[in-house]
Amino acid sequence: MIDSITVNNISVSYDDNEVVKDVSFSFGPGSLIGVLGPNGAGKSSLLQAMLGLIPRDHGNVRLGSHSIDEMRKQIAYVPQRSNIDWNFPIIVKDTVLLGTYPKTGLFRRPKKEDKEWSMECLRQVGMEEFAKRQIGELSGGQQQRVFLARALAQKADYFFLDEPFVGIDVSSEEVIIDILRQLKNSGKIVFVVHHDLSKVRSYFDELVLINKELIDAGPVNKVFQRDNMAKAYQRELMLEGLGVSM
Amino acid sequence: MDFIHDLMTYGFLQKAFATSIMVGIICGVIGCFIVLRGMALMGDAISHAVLPGVAISYMLGINFFYGAVATGILTAFGIGAISQNSRIKNDAAIGLVFSAFFALGIILITRAGSATDLTQILFGNVLSVRSSDMWLTLIIGAFVVLVVIMFFKELLVSSFDETMAAAYGLKTRMIHYTIMFLLTLVTVASLQTVGVILVVSMLITPASTAYLLTNRLSVMVVLAAFFGALSSVIGLYFSFLYNLPSGPVIALATTSLFCLAFLFAPKQGIVSKKIRIMSKRKEATAKS
Repeated sequence: MIDSITVNNISVSYDDNEVVKDVSFSFGPGSLIGVLGPNGAGKSSLLQAMLGLIPRDHGNVRLGSHSIDEMRKQIAYVPQRSNIDWNFPIIVKDTVLLGTYPKTGLFRRPKKEDKEWSMECLRQVGMEEFAKRQIGELSGGQQQRVFLARALAQKADYFFLDEPFVGIDVSSEEVIIDILRQLKNSGKIVFVVHHDLSKVRSYFDELVLINKELIDAGPVNKVFQRDNMAKAYQRELMLEGLGVSM
Repeated sequence: MDFIHDLMTYGFLQKAFATSIMVGIICGVIGCFIVLRGMALMGDAISHAVLPGVAISYMLGINFFYGAVATGILTAFGIGAISQNSRIKNDAAIGLVFSAFFALGIILITRAGSATDLTQILFGNVLSVRSSDMWLTLIIGAFVVLVVIMFFKELLVSSFDETMAAAYGLKTRMIHYTIMFLLTLVTVASLQTVGVILVVSMLITPASTAYLLTNRLSVMVVLAAFFGALSSVIGLYFSFLYNLPSGPVIALATTSLFCLAFLFAPKQGIVSKKIRIMSKRKEATAKS
Protein backbone atom coordinates (compact mmCIF):
# COMPACT_ATOMS: atom_id res chain seq x y z
CA MET A 1 0.00 0.00 0.00
CA ILE A 2 1.26 3.46 -0.92
CA ASP A 3 1.55 5.95 1.92
CA SER A 4 -0.22 9.28 1.70
CA ILE A 5 1.79 12.43 1.13
CA THR A 6 1.74 15.31 3.57
CA VAL A 7 3.32 18.69 2.94
CA ASN A 8 3.87 20.79 6.06
CA ASN A 9 4.45 24.56 5.91
CA ILE A 10 6.83 24.68 2.97
CA SER A 11 8.37 28.07 2.18
CA VAL A 12 10.88 28.91 -0.52
CA SER A 13 12.66 32.17 -1.24
CA TYR A 14 15.14 33.39 -3.81
CA ASP A 15 17.27 36.26 -2.47
CA ASP A 16 14.79 37.39 0.23
CA ASN A 17 11.94 37.16 -2.26
CA GLU A 18 9.45 34.63 -0.94
CA VAL A 19 8.01 32.63 -3.88
CA VAL A 20 6.24 29.92 -1.86
CA LYS A 21 4.70 30.87 1.48
CA ASP A 22 3.82 28.34 4.13
CA VAL A 23 2.07 25.82 1.91
CA SER A 24 0.52 22.72 3.50
CA PHE A 25 -1.74 19.97 2.14
CA SER A 26 -2.19 16.23 2.18
CA PHE A 27 -3.36 13.60 -0.30
CA GLY A 28 -4.01 9.90 0.02
CA PRO A 29 -3.19 7.01 -2.33
CA GLY A 30 -4.87 7.00 -5.73
CA SER A 31 -4.78 10.75 -6.38
CA LEU A 32 -4.28 12.66 -9.61
CA ILE A 33 -3.52 16.18 -8.46
CA GLY A 34 -3.27 19.31 -10.60
CA VAL A 35 -0.99 22.02 -9.21
CA LEU A 36 -2.58 25.17 -10.50
CA GLY A 37 -1.86 28.87 -10.35
CA PRO A 38 -0.96 31.88 -12.50
CA ASN A 39 2.49 32.46 -14.00
CA GLY A 40 5.04 33.12 -11.29
CA ALA A 41 2.81 31.60 -8.62
CA GLY A 42 5.62 29.27 -7.54
CA LYS A 43 4.17 26.02 -8.92
CA SER A 44 7.45 24.60 -10.15
CA SER A 45 9.26 25.92 -7.10
CA LEU A 46 6.77 24.17 -4.86
CA LEU A 47 7.28 20.89 -6.72
CA GLN A 48 11.05 21.17 -6.58
CA ALA A 49 11.02 22.18 -2.93
CA MET A 50 8.82 19.18 -2.10
CA LEU A 51 11.48 16.95 -3.65
CA GLY A 52 14.33 18.80 -1.95
CA LEU A 53 15.78 19.87 -5.30
CA ILE A 54 15.90 23.48 -4.16
CA PRO A 55 16.45 24.56 -0.55
CA ARG A 56 13.39 25.18 1.62
CA ASP A 57 13.32 27.98 4.18
CA HIS A 58 11.31 25.66 6.37
CA GLY A 59 8.71 22.93 6.21
CA ASN A 60 8.90 19.28 5.30
CA VAL A 61 7.28 16.50 3.33
CA ARG A 62 6.26 13.14 4.79
CA LEU A 63 5.38 10.03 2.85
CA GLY A 64 3.52 8.13 5.52
CA SER A 65 6.08 7.95 8.30
CA HIS A 66 9.05 8.42 5.95
CA SER A 67 10.97 11.46 4.83
CA ILE A 68 11.49 12.16 1.14
CA ASP A 69 15.14 11.15 1.39
CA GLU A 70 14.19 7.67 2.57
CA MET A 71 11.82 7.24 -0.36
CA ARG A 72 13.82 8.72 -3.24
CA LYS A 73 13.75 5.60 -5.37
CA GLN A 74 9.95 5.71 -5.31
CA ILE A 75 9.90 9.17 -6.87
CA ALA A 76 9.64 9.71 -10.60
CA TYR A 77 10.15 13.22 -11.89
CA VAL A 78 9.38 14.51 -15.38
CA PRO A 79 11.11 17.86 -15.92
CA GLN A 80 9.87 20.76 -18.02
CA ARG A 81 10.83 20.19 -21.63
CA SER A 82 12.81 23.42 -21.69
CA ASN A 83 15.20 22.02 -19.07
CA ILE A 84 16.47 19.22 -21.29
CA ASP A 85 19.37 19.37 -23.73
CA TRP A 86 17.69 17.86 -26.79
CA ASN A 87 21.01 17.54 -28.61
CA PHE A 88 22.39 15.16 -26.01
CA PRO A 89 23.77 11.97 -27.58
CA ILE A 90 21.06 9.63 -26.36
CA ILE A 91 18.43 7.65 -28.23
CA VAL A 92 14.84 7.05 -27.19
CA LYS A 93 15.15 3.55 -25.73
CA ASP A 94 18.22 4.52 -23.69
CA THR A 95 16.35 7.52 -22.32
CA VAL A 96 13.61 5.22 -21.05
CA LEU A 97 16.21 2.84 -19.67
CA LEU A 98 17.42 5.65 -17.38
CA GLY A 99 14.22 5.02 -15.45
CA THR A 100 15.56 1.65 -14.32
CA TYR A 101 18.77 3.18 -12.92
CA PRO A 102 17.49 4.11 -9.44
CA LYS A 103 16.68 0.51 -8.58
CA THR A 104 19.70 -0.91 -10.38
CA GLY A 105 22.01 0.84 -7.94
CA LEU A 106 25.71 1.65 -8.03
CA PHE A 107 28.25 -0.50 -9.90
CA ARG A 108 25.56 -2.54 -11.65
CA ARG A 109 24.45 -2.40 -15.24
CA PRO A 110 20.88 -2.66 -16.48
CA LYS A 111 20.05 -6.28 -17.28
CA LYS A 112 18.11 -7.81 -20.12
CA GLU A 113 14.88 -7.69 -18.09
CA ASP A 114 15.41 -3.98 -17.53
CA LYS A 115 15.79 -3.41 -21.25
CA GLU A 116 12.68 -5.44 -22.00
CA TRP A 117 10.76 -3.58 -19.32
CA SER A 118 11.74 -0.19 -20.73
CA MET A 119 10.64 -1.32 -24.20
CA GLU A 120 7.32 -2.32 -22.64
CA CYS A 121 6.99 1.16 -21.12
CA LEU A 122 7.79 2.67 -24.50
CA ARG A 123 5.02 0.55 -25.99
CA GLN A 124 2.57 1.84 -23.36
CA VAL A 125 3.09 5.40 -24.57
CA GLY A 126 2.94 4.28 -28.20
CA MET A 127 6.52 5.20 -29.07
CA GLU A 128 8.17 1.82 -29.70
CA GLU A 129 8.74 2.48 -33.39
CA PHE A 130 10.92 5.48 -32.46
CA ALA A 131 13.16 3.47 -30.13
CA LYS A 132 16.34 4.16 -32.09
CA ARG A 133 15.79 7.84 -32.81
CA GLN A 134 17.88 10.51 -31.16
CA ILE A 135 15.53 12.33 -28.78
CA GLY A 136 15.93 15.70 -30.53
CA GLU A 137 14.44 14.22 -33.70
CA LEU A 138 11.01 13.84 -32.05
CA SER A 139 8.13 16.30 -31.83
CA GLY A 140 7.33 17.95 -28.51
CA GLY A 141 4.50 15.55 -27.73
CA GLN A 142 6.61 12.53 -28.60
CA GLN A 143 9.41 13.80 -26.37
CA GLN A 144 6.99 14.20 -23.51
CA ARG A 145 5.68 10.65 -24.03
CA VAL A 146 9.24 9.30 -23.93
CA PHE A 147 9.84 11.04 -20.62
CA LEU A 148 6.59 9.63 -19.27
CA ALA A 149 7.78 6.18 -20.37
CA ARG A 150 10.97 6.80 -18.43
CA ALA A 151 8.91 7.65 -15.35
CA LEU A 152 6.88 4.46 -15.82
CA ALA A 153 10.08 2.46 -16.14
CA GLN A 154 10.99 3.62 -12.65
CA LYS A 155 8.07 1.65 -11.13
CA ALA A 156 7.71 4.52 -8.69
CA ASP A 157 4.83 5.22 -6.32
CA TYR A 158 4.96 9.01 -6.54
CA PHE A 159 5.01 10.92 -9.82
CA PHE A 160 5.82 14.59 -10.31
CA LEU A 161 5.30 16.12 -13.76
CA ASP A 162 6.27 19.71 -14.46
CA GLU A 163 4.07 21.24 -17.19
CA PRO A 164 3.78 18.05 -19.27
CA PHE A 165 1.10 19.47 -21.57
CA VAL A 166 2.91 22.59 -22.73
CA GLY A 167 3.39 22.74 -26.48
CA ILE A 168 2.31 19.22 -27.36
CA ASP A 169 -0.16 17.74 -29.83
CA VAL A 170 -3.68 16.60 -28.90
CA SER A 171 -3.10 12.86 -29.37
CA SER A 172 0.01 12.91 -27.15
CA GLU A 173 -1.98 14.80 -24.55
CA GLU A 174 -4.65 12.08 -24.63
CA VAL A 175 -2.08 9.29 -24.33
CA ILE A 176 -0.47 11.03 -21.36
CA ILE A 177 -3.64 11.81 -19.45
CA ASP A 178 -4.82 8.24 -20.04
CA ILE A 179 -1.70 6.81 -18.48
CA LEU A 180 -1.84 9.23 -15.57
CA ARG A 181 -5.41 8.03 -14.88
CA GLN A 182 -4.25 4.41 -14.95
CA LEU A 183 -1.51 5.26 -12.46
CA LYS A 184 -4.08 6.91 -10.22
CA ASN A 185 -6.39 3.90 -10.47
CA SER A 186 -3.58 1.61 -9.40
CA GLY A 187 -3.17 3.67 -6.23
CA LYS A 188 -0.25 5.92 -7.16
CA ILE A 189 -0.02 9.59 -6.25
CA VAL A 190 0.53 11.86 -9.25
CA PHE A 191 1.25 15.60 -9.14
CA VAL A 192 0.96 17.58 -12.38
CA VAL A 193 1.95 21.24 -12.65
CA HIS A 194 -0.55 22.75 -15.03
CA HIS A 195 -1.68 26.18 -16.13
CA ASP A 196 -4.31 25.68 -18.81
CA LEU A 197 -7.59 26.26 -17.01
CA SER A 198 -9.86 24.88 -19.74
CA LYS A 199 -9.28 21.20 -19.02
CA VAL A 200 -8.91 21.22 -15.27
CA ARG A 201 -12.22 19.52 -14.56
CA SER A 202 -11.77 16.74 -17.07
CA TYR A 203 -8.16 16.00 -16.15
CA PHE A 204 -7.87 16.14 -12.39
CA ASP A 205 -9.72 14.86 -9.35
CA GLU A 206 -7.83 16.95 -6.89
CA LEU A 207 -6.26 20.38 -7.04
CA VAL A 208 -3.66 22.45 -5.27
CA LEU A 209 -4.35 26.06 -6.10
CA ILE A 210 -1.56 28.46 -5.23
CA ASN A 211 -0.44 31.98 -5.80
CA LYS A 212 2.66 31.99 -3.59
CA GLU A 213 0.33 31.14 -0.68
CA LEU A 214 -1.98 28.20 -0.75
CA ILE A 215 -5.43 29.34 -1.89
CA ASP A 216 -7.09 25.97 -1.50
CA ALA A 217 -6.39 22.25 -1.82
CA GLY A 218 -8.71 19.27 -2.16
CA PRO A 219 -11.26 17.82 -4.58
CA VAL A 220 -11.71 19.71 -7.85
CA ASN A 221 -15.36 20.53 -7.13
CA LYS A 222 -14.43 22.20 -3.88
CA VAL A 223 -11.35 24.08 -5.13
CA PHE A 224 -12.25 25.06 -8.69
CA GLN A 225 -14.70 27.80 -7.69
CA ARG A 226 -15.10 31.35 -8.82
CA ASP A 227 -13.99 33.08 -5.63
CA ASN A 228 -10.97 30.80 -5.24
CA MET A 229 -9.96 31.39 -8.83
CA ALA A 230 -10.47 35.12 -8.45
CA LYS A 231 -8.20 35.06 -5.40
CA ALA A 232 -5.51 33.08 -7.22
CA TYR A 233 -5.61 34.93 -10.48
CA GLN A 234 -6.67 38.27 -9.01
CA ARG A 235 -7.29 40.90 -11.62
CA GLU A 236 -5.53 39.13 -14.47
CA LEU A 237 -8.29 36.60 -14.66
CA MET A 238 -11.19 37.46 -16.87
CA LEU A 239 -12.81 34.09 -17.08
CA GLU A 240 -15.64 35.12 -19.32
CA GLY A 241 -13.20 36.83 -21.63
CA LEU A 242 -11.25 33.62 -21.96
CA GLY A 243 -14.40 31.64 -22.58
CA VAL A 244 -13.86 29.35 -19.63
CA SER A 245 -16.96 27.96 -17.99
CA MET A 246 -16.78 26.94 -14.38
CA MET B 1 59.35 4.58 -41.92
CA ASP B 2 62.22 6.37 -40.25
CA PHE B 3 59.85 7.28 -37.47
CA ILE B 4 58.99 3.64 -36.83
CA HIS B 5 62.65 2.71 -36.91
CA ASP B 6 63.46 5.47 -34.42
CA LEU B 7 60.50 4.46 -32.30
CA MET B 8 61.96 0.94 -32.04
CA THR B 9 65.42 2.29 -31.28
CA TYR B 10 65.07 5.19 -28.85
CA GLY B 11 63.77 4.81 -25.33
CA PHE B 12 62.82 8.49 -25.03
CA LEU B 13 60.63 8.21 -28.10
CA GLN B 14 58.90 5.10 -26.76
CA LYS B 15 58.13 6.90 -23.51
CA ALA B 16 56.80 9.89 -25.44
CA PHE B 17 54.70 7.57 -27.56
CA ALA B 18 53.12 5.70 -24.65
CA THR B 19 52.53 8.87 -22.65
CA SER B 20 50.94 10.83 -25.45
CA ILE B 21 48.62 7.98 -26.42
CA MET B 22 47.43 7.68 -22.83
CA VAL B 23 46.96 11.45 -22.61
CA GLY B 24 44.95 11.37 -25.84
CA ILE B 25 42.71 8.65 -24.49
CA ILE B 26 41.92 10.19 -21.11
CA CYS B 27 41.50 13.71 -22.47
CA GLY B 28 39.01 12.32 -24.98
CA VAL B 29 37.09 10.42 -22.30
CA ILE B 30 36.82 13.24 -19.76
CA GLY B 31 36.38 15.75 -22.58
CA CYS B 32 33.04 14.15 -23.52
CA PHE B 33 31.58 14.98 -20.13
CA ILE B 34 33.12 18.45 -20.16
CA VAL B 35 31.60 19.18 -23.57
CA LEU B 36 28.16 17.76 -22.78
CA ARG B 37 27.90 19.49 -19.42
CA GLY B 38 28.80 22.82 -21.01
CA MET B 39 31.98 23.08 -18.97
CA ALA B 40 34.51 23.78 -21.72
CA LEU B 41 35.52 27.03 -20.10
CA MET B 42 35.93 25.21 -16.79
CA GLY B 43 38.33 22.80 -18.48
CA ASP B 44 40.37 25.72 -19.72
CA ALA B 45 40.33 27.28 -16.26
CA ILE B 46 41.50 24.19 -14.38
CA SER B 47 44.29 23.55 -16.84
CA HIS B 48 45.65 27.08 -16.41
CA ALA B 49 45.16 27.05 -12.69
CA VAL B 50 47.44 24.09 -12.03
CA LEU B 51 50.42 26.32 -12.88
CA PRO B 52 51.05 27.77 -9.39
CA GLY B 53 50.80 24.25 -8.00
CA VAL B 54 53.52 23.12 -10.36
CA ALA B 55 55.69 26.05 -9.32
CA ILE B 56 55.22 25.45 -5.62
CA SER B 57 56.00 21.75 -6.00
CA TYR B 58 59.13 22.70 -7.89
CA MET B 59 60.21 25.03 -5.07
CA LEU B 60 59.50 22.42 -2.42
CA GLY B 61 61.25 19.74 -4.44
CA ILE B 62 58.23 17.42 -4.50
CA ASN B 63 56.55 15.81 -7.52
CA PHE B 64 54.56 18.45 -9.41
CA PHE B 65 51.57 16.11 -9.29
CA TYR B 66 50.66 17.03 -5.67
CA GLY B 67 50.84 20.78 -6.06
CA ALA B 68 49.00 20.74 -9.36
CA VAL B 69 46.13 18.64 -8.03
CA ALA B 70 45.87 20.89 -4.97
CA THR B 71 45.58 24.14 -6.92
CA GLY B 72 43.31 22.52 -9.52
CA ILE B 73 40.83 21.46 -6.85
CA LEU B 74 41.14 24.80 -5.08
CA THR B 75 40.18 26.53 -8.33
CA ALA B 76 37.11 24.34 -8.83
CA PHE B 77 35.90 25.13 -5.31
CA GLY B 78 36.79 28.82 -5.66
CA ILE B 79 34.74 29.15 -8.83
CA GLY B 80 31.84 27.27 -7.25
CA ALA B 81 31.98 29.46 -4.13
CA ILE B 82 31.92 32.73 -6.07
CA SER B 83 29.17 31.80 -8.50
CA GLN B 84 26.93 30.29 -5.80
CA ASN B 85 27.37 32.97 -3.16
CA SER B 86 27.24 36.14 -5.21
CA ARG B 87 25.48 37.55 -8.22
CA ILE B 88 28.59 36.95 -10.36
CA LYS B 89 27.69 34.59 -13.21
CA ASN B 90 29.52 31.33 -13.69
CA ASP B 91 31.59 32.29 -16.74
CA ALA B 92 32.77 35.50 -15.10
CA ALA B 93 33.66 33.59 -11.92
CA ILE B 94 35.71 31.17 -14.01
CA GLY B 95 37.62 33.93 -15.77
CA LEU B 96 38.19 35.76 -12.51
CA VAL B 97 39.63 32.82 -10.60
CA PHE B 98 41.73 31.17 -13.27
CA SER B 99 43.42 34.33 -14.53
CA ALA B 100 44.48 35.06 -10.95
CA PHE B 101 45.88 31.56 -10.50
CA PHE B 102 47.58 31.63 -13.88
CA ALA B 103 49.19 34.99 -13.17
CA LEU B 104 50.40 33.77 -9.80
CA GLY B 105 51.77 30.65 -11.47
CA ILE B 106 53.78 32.60 -14.04
CA ILE B 107 55.31 34.80 -11.34
CA LEU B 108 56.20 31.81 -9.17
CA ILE B 109 57.72 29.87 -12.06
CA THR B 110 59.76 32.84 -13.21
CA ARG B 111 61.10 33.24 -9.67
CA ALA B 112 61.67 29.54 -9.11
CA GLY B 113 62.99 28.18 -12.34
CA SER B 114 64.15 29.31 -15.71
CA ALA B 115 62.40 30.47 -18.84
CA THR B 116 62.82 27.03 -20.45
CA ASP B 117 60.80 25.40 -17.68
CA LEU B 118 58.01 27.88 -18.23
CA THR B 119 57.94 27.25 -21.98
CA GLN B 120 57.87 23.51 -21.43
CA ILE B 121 55.00 23.71 -18.97
CA LEU B 122 53.05 26.11 -21.14
CA PHE B 123 53.51 24.35 -24.46
CA GLY B 124 54.57 20.82 -23.62
CA ASN B 125 57.64 18.89 -24.61
CA VAL B 126 56.70 15.29 -24.88
CA LEU B 127 60.19 14.22 -25.95
CA SER B 128 61.52 15.09 -22.50
CA VAL B 129 59.16 12.71 -20.68
CA ARG B 130 61.00 10.65 -18.06
CA SER B 131 60.09 7.12 -16.98
CA SER B 132 58.57 8.37 -13.74
CA ASP B 133 56.34 10.79 -15.68
CA MET B 134 55.28 8.05 -18.02
CA TRP B 135 54.27 5.79 -15.16
CA LEU B 136 52.44 8.62 -13.44
CA THR B 137 50.47 9.24 -16.63
CA LEU B 138 49.66 5.57 -17.04
CA ILE B 139 48.47 5.26 -13.43
CA ILE B 140 46.36 8.42 -13.64
CA GLY B 141 44.99 7.20 -16.96
CA ALA B 142 44.04 3.80 -15.59
CA PHE B 143 42.39 5.44 -12.58
CA VAL B 144 40.39 7.90 -14.68
CA VAL B 145 39.20 5.23 -17.11
CA LEU B 146 38.26 2.94 -14.25
CA VAL B 147 36.21 5.63 -12.47
CA VAL B 148 34.40 6.51 -15.70
CA ILE B 149 33.58 2.84 -16.38
CA MET B 150 32.40 2.19 -12.82
CA PHE B 151 30.20 5.27 -12.62
CA PHE B 152 29.20 5.51 -16.27
CA LYS B 153 25.50 5.19 -15.47
CA GLU B 154 25.62 7.98 -12.92
CA LEU B 155 27.72 10.21 -15.17
CA LEU B 156 25.28 9.66 -18.02
CA VAL B 157 22.11 10.41 -16.11
CA SER B 158 23.50 13.41 -14.23
CA SER B 159 24.95 14.94 -17.41
CA PHE B 160 21.71 14.44 -19.32
CA ASP B 161 19.10 15.26 -16.69
CA GLU B 162 20.54 16.53 -13.46
CA THR B 163 17.09 17.13 -11.94
CA MET B 164 16.04 13.54 -12.39
CA ALA B 165 19.37 12.38 -10.98
CA ALA B 166 18.91 14.55 -7.90
CA ALA B 167 15.25 13.54 -7.56
CA TYR B 168 16.12 9.88 -7.25
CA GLY B 169 18.88 10.59 -4.79
CA LEU B 170 22.18 10.94 -6.63
CA LYS B 171 24.56 13.42 -5.05
CA THR B 172 24.85 15.64 -8.11
CA ARG B 173 27.18 18.16 -6.50
CA MET B 174 29.55 15.37 -5.55
CA ILE B 175 29.46 14.13 -9.15
CA HIS B 176 30.33 17.65 -10.30
CA TYR B 177 33.36 17.82 -8.03
CA THR B 178 34.40 14.30 -8.95
CA ILE B 179 34.50 15.36 -12.59
CA MET B 180 36.49 18.44 -11.57
CA PHE B 181 38.92 16.16 -9.72
CA LEU B 182 39.29 13.84 -12.73
CA LEU B 183 39.73 16.88 -14.94
CA THR B 184 42.56 18.09 -12.72
CA LEU B 185 44.23 14.68 -12.85
CA VAL B 186 43.94 14.60 -16.63
CA THR B 187 45.38 18.10 -16.89
CA VAL B 188 48.33 17.17 -14.72
CA ALA B 189 48.93 14.06 -16.80
CA SER B 190 48.84 16.18 -19.96
CA LEU B 191 51.27 18.85 -18.77
CA GLN B 192 54.31 17.47 -20.53
CA THR B 193 52.55 16.31 -23.65
CA VAL B 194 50.50 19.32 -24.62
CA GLY B 195 51.24 21.91 -21.94
CA VAL B 196 48.73 23.82 -19.84
CA ILE B 197 47.66 26.29 -22.51
CA LEU B 198 46.60 23.71 -25.05
CA VAL B 199 45.17 20.99 -22.79
CA VAL B 200 41.81 22.47 -23.57
CA SER B 201 42.18 21.54 -27.23
CA MET B 202 42.73 17.90 -26.25
CA LEU B 203 39.71 18.05 -23.94
CA ILE B 204 37.27 19.78 -26.23
CA THR B 205 38.22 18.95 -29.80
CA PRO B 206 38.28 15.12 -29.95
CA ALA B 207 35.09 15.02 -27.86
CA SER B 208 33.40 17.52 -30.17
CA THR B 209 34.53 15.54 -33.22
CA ALA B 210 33.01 12.40 -31.73
CA TYR B 211 29.84 14.31 -30.85
CA LEU B 212 29.26 14.99 -34.55
CA LEU B 213 29.46 11.30 -35.38
CA THR B 214 27.17 9.48 -32.96
CA ASN B 215 23.94 9.60 -30.99
CA ARG B 216 25.13 7.44 -28.11
CA LEU B 217 27.28 8.59 -25.22
CA SER B 218 29.15 5.29 -24.90
CA VAL B 219 30.15 5.40 -28.56
CA MET B 220 31.06 9.05 -28.23
CA VAL B 221 33.44 8.30 -25.35
CA VAL B 222 35.19 5.52 -27.27
CA LEU B 223 35.45 7.62 -30.44
CA ALA B 224 36.78 10.62 -28.52
CA ALA B 225 39.43 8.44 -26.89
CA PHE B 226 40.39 7.11 -30.31
CA PHE B 227 40.59 10.58 -31.89
CA GLY B 228 42.60 11.83 -28.92
CA ALA B 229 45.11 8.99 -29.23
CA LEU B 230 45.30 9.36 -33.01
CA SER B 231 45.95 13.11 -32.73
CA SER B 232 48.68 12.42 -30.19
CA VAL B 233 50.43 10.01 -32.51
CA ILE B 234 50.14 12.33 -35.51
CA GLY B 235 51.31 15.24 -33.38
CA LEU B 236 54.23 13.32 -31.97
CA TYR B 237 55.31 12.28 -35.45
CA PHE B 238 55.41 15.82 -36.83
CA SER B 239 56.83 17.22 -33.64
CA PHE B 240 59.70 14.72 -33.87
CA LEU B 241 60.17 15.13 -37.62
CA TYR B 242 60.33 18.92 -37.70
CA ASN B 243 61.54 19.54 -34.17
CA LEU B 244 58.41 21.46 -33.14
CA PRO B 245 56.87 21.78 -29.65
CA SER B 246 54.50 18.84 -29.27
CA GLY B 247 51.54 20.75 -27.79
CA PRO B 248 50.69 22.98 -30.73
CA VAL B 249 51.25 20.19 -33.25
CA ILE B 250 48.90 17.85 -31.38
CA ALA B 251 46.35 20.65 -31.01
CA LEU B 252 46.34 21.20 -34.78
CA ALA B 253 46.03 17.46 -35.37
CA THR B 254 42.86 17.39 -33.23
CA THR B 255 41.54 20.38 -35.18
CA SER B 256 42.18 18.69 -38.54
CA LEU B 257 40.13 15.68 -37.46
CA PHE B 258 37.40 17.98 -36.27
CA CYS B 259 37.31 19.80 -39.62
CA LEU B 260 36.91 16.49 -41.44
CA ALA B 261 33.97 15.53 -39.22
CA PHE B 262 32.49 19.01 -39.45
CA LEU B 263 32.44 18.78 -43.25
CA PHE B 264 31.82 15.10 -43.90
CA ALA B 265 30.13 13.53 -40.85
CA PRO B 266 27.29 11.39 -42.26
CA LYS B 267 24.46 13.17 -40.42
CA GLN B 268 25.89 16.38 -38.99
CA GLY B 269 28.56 17.30 -41.58
CA ILE B 270 27.72 20.43 -43.58
CA VAL B 271 28.79 18.94 -46.91
CA SER B 272 26.78 15.79 -46.25
CA LYS B 273 23.75 17.90 -45.37
CA LYS B 274 24.11 19.87 -48.61
CA ILE B 275 24.36 16.67 -50.64
CA ARG B 276 21.24 15.29 -48.98
CA ILE B 277 19.29 18.44 -49.74
CA MET B 278 20.49 18.47 -53.37
CA SER B 279 19.58 14.85 -54.00
CA LYS B 280 16.14 15.47 -52.52
CA ARG B 281 15.68 18.41 -54.85
CA LYS B 282 16.72 16.29 -57.80
CA GLU B 283 14.17 13.67 -56.83
CA ALA B 284 11.51 16.35 -56.59
CA THR B 285 12.30 17.81 -60.00
CA ALA B 286 12.49 14.34 -61.54
CA LYS B 287 9.00 13.61 -60.24
CA SER B 288 7.50 16.87 -61.48
